[in-house]
Amino acid sequence: MTRSVFIQLILLALVVLCFAALPFMTEGFYLTLAVNIALYVALCTAWTLFSGPTHLVSLATAAFFGVGIYATAIGVEYLPFPVVILLGGLAGAVFAAGVGAMTLRLSGVYFVIFTLGLAELARQLVTYFQTKIFGSIGLFVLTDHSEGDLFHYLLALIVVIFVTGWLIGRSRLGFAMRVIGNDELVARHFGIEVARSKIILFVISGAFIAMAGAIMAPRYAYVEPASAFNSTMSFLVVIMALLGGTRRLWGPLVGVVPFTIIADLISAYFPEHINIIIGLGFLLIVYLLKDGVSGILLKALGSNRLTRAQGAKP
Amino acid sequence: MTILVTGILLGGTYALIALGLTLQYGVARIMNLSNGETLVAACFAAWLLFTAGGINPLWGLLIIAPLGFIANGAIYLGLLRPLVRRASSQGMLEVDSILATFGLLFLFQGLMHLAFGGAYFNYQFLAVPFDFLGGSYALNRVTAFFAAVIIALALYLFLYRTRIGTAVRAVAVDPDAARLVAIDVGRIAAFAFALGGAITASGGVLLSTFYTFNASMGAVFVMKALIIVIMGGVGDVRGAAIAALILGVMETLVASLIDPGLTLAATYGLFIVILLFRPQGLFGGAKG
Repeated sequence: MTRSVFIQLILLALVVLCFAALPFMTEGFYLTLAVNIALYVALCTAWTLFSGPTHLVSLATAAFFGVGIYATAIGVEYLPFPVVILLGGLAGAVFAAGVGAMTLRLSGVYFVIFTLGLAELARQLVTYFQTKIFGSIGLFVLTDHSEGDLFHYLLALIVVIFVTGWLIGRSRLGFAMRVIGNDELVARHFGIEVARSKIILFVISGAFIAMAGAIMAPRYAYVEPASAFNSTMSFLVVIMALLGGTRRLWGPLVGVVPFTIIADLISAYFPEHINIIIGLGFLLIVYLLKDGVSGILLKALGSNRLTRAQGAKP
Repeated sequence: MTILVTGILLGGTYALIALGLTLQYGVARIMNLSNGETLVAACFAAWLLFTAGGINPLWGLLIIAPLGFIANGAIYLGLLRPLVRRASSQGMLEVDSILATFGLLFLFQGLMHLAFGGAYFNYQFLAVPFDFLGGSYALNRVTAFFAAVIIALALYLFLYRTRIGTAVRAVAVDPDAARLVAIDVGRIAAFAFALGGAITASGGVLLSTFYTFNASMGAVFVMKALIIVIMGGVGDVRGAAIAALILGVMETLVASLIDPGLTLAATYGLFIVILLFRPQGLFGGAKG
């Protein structure tokens, strides 16, 4: 048992190392695409940490991401990049704690509505304060980090997110979340503090999303509220994660890779049609892919295993 | 004073939009996030009728509101009823309907963007000053407000004075109990959803007479309407009307005294106060 876990870990480490070598082999278009995919893998997995077990559709991704971008834009001149990323995560955590404390005690609909306009709210507030207090809207982010560096940082972040997700799954919090996800009333009767568990998970998820934003900031070079707080990102993350399926930690991965490539192609050739694609994506998920692609895969595998087990039993 | 009156005039139109949404959410139990697209489509329809056909928007209401009724009814029967049938619990239906109506929101927004582009539209209708209590207001805003009041009153009378209206309110209170007294809940829900669409469409027609609109503004309006609905208490017609007036005044206050870029922040401020102190709505009793 321990041996097989050990072998699995080594295999995973090898896979990660292979990906880490990617920037040395390719550049230009494919590296940019790889960074995009890595970014959305990080965002969707972090999103699933919270929204997977709670079934609450969070649309706050763009707001946390923007907070991360601003953390880097403000701090990178004074502090080393990794410290700035951690600070970005901290800022995201504080923001998530505030939002969570206000909305997660109430029914789910309030939470969805609140997060729906959150990025737009952050954009208006940041614009207002920047113009009123600092006199200008934009900020320059000047670093010498290449796309390859960003890819490595993102890869490290993905590993951290996966390890955290795995640890949560084995902890009391993870167990509590599974009970809450199945039946909140039962969870409350068991003495699980439902609101507090949700808020903790939301904070973790928000911190990771903000860190991803902090990592990506050098790509923007010039940061202004309208580009940092882009609500379309929130919806893309929801679609990709649900398309992949949220029952397993690796579920979103299955959705991200194909959808990022499709979205990339569409925004290159038909930039006007991205909303139609998002709309069709949502409808596809609701009507055809209830549990995502990973759900279908699991079902196929599960029925295989089941028939084998039944076959073994005479 | 000017601010107060402008705010109330704006609130009248908000009230219609929110009334449509509260009917859809309170009775049919579907949080219709694509409601804003009904609004925008009605704006464009009124614009088309006025510029191409020379039809007065107030007469246009008679054409566009029934169209809104039919379109929303078709959406409910075709797309949302399967979700209602499939759902094993209220929570599941909520998640499904939120995702499905998000899909519709983006789909319709994308289609309207294709048809009309991203430009802003408006037309000149009754753009003459109207003097009232020392202030001067555009006549189109005043007309829109009174038309909204008439429509809202008609809705109120319908809900509280007729048999079908009573059935609609019964379903809003408790669908299971409504079934026990021989109300066809499925039909009433579909009817309320379609009626909500018609009310929102009327709100859109009135809005288009004084407001500059474009294809992608639906999401902002649905956001405001949602906050009004929550503030007024879900399914509560009177609460929604009063909450809409409060929001209209509040927005006008912030826009004219602090900064026009902060209207959403004002809306959110109001939302947060409501969430913290009265999550059951202004006039809602304590929930069990």
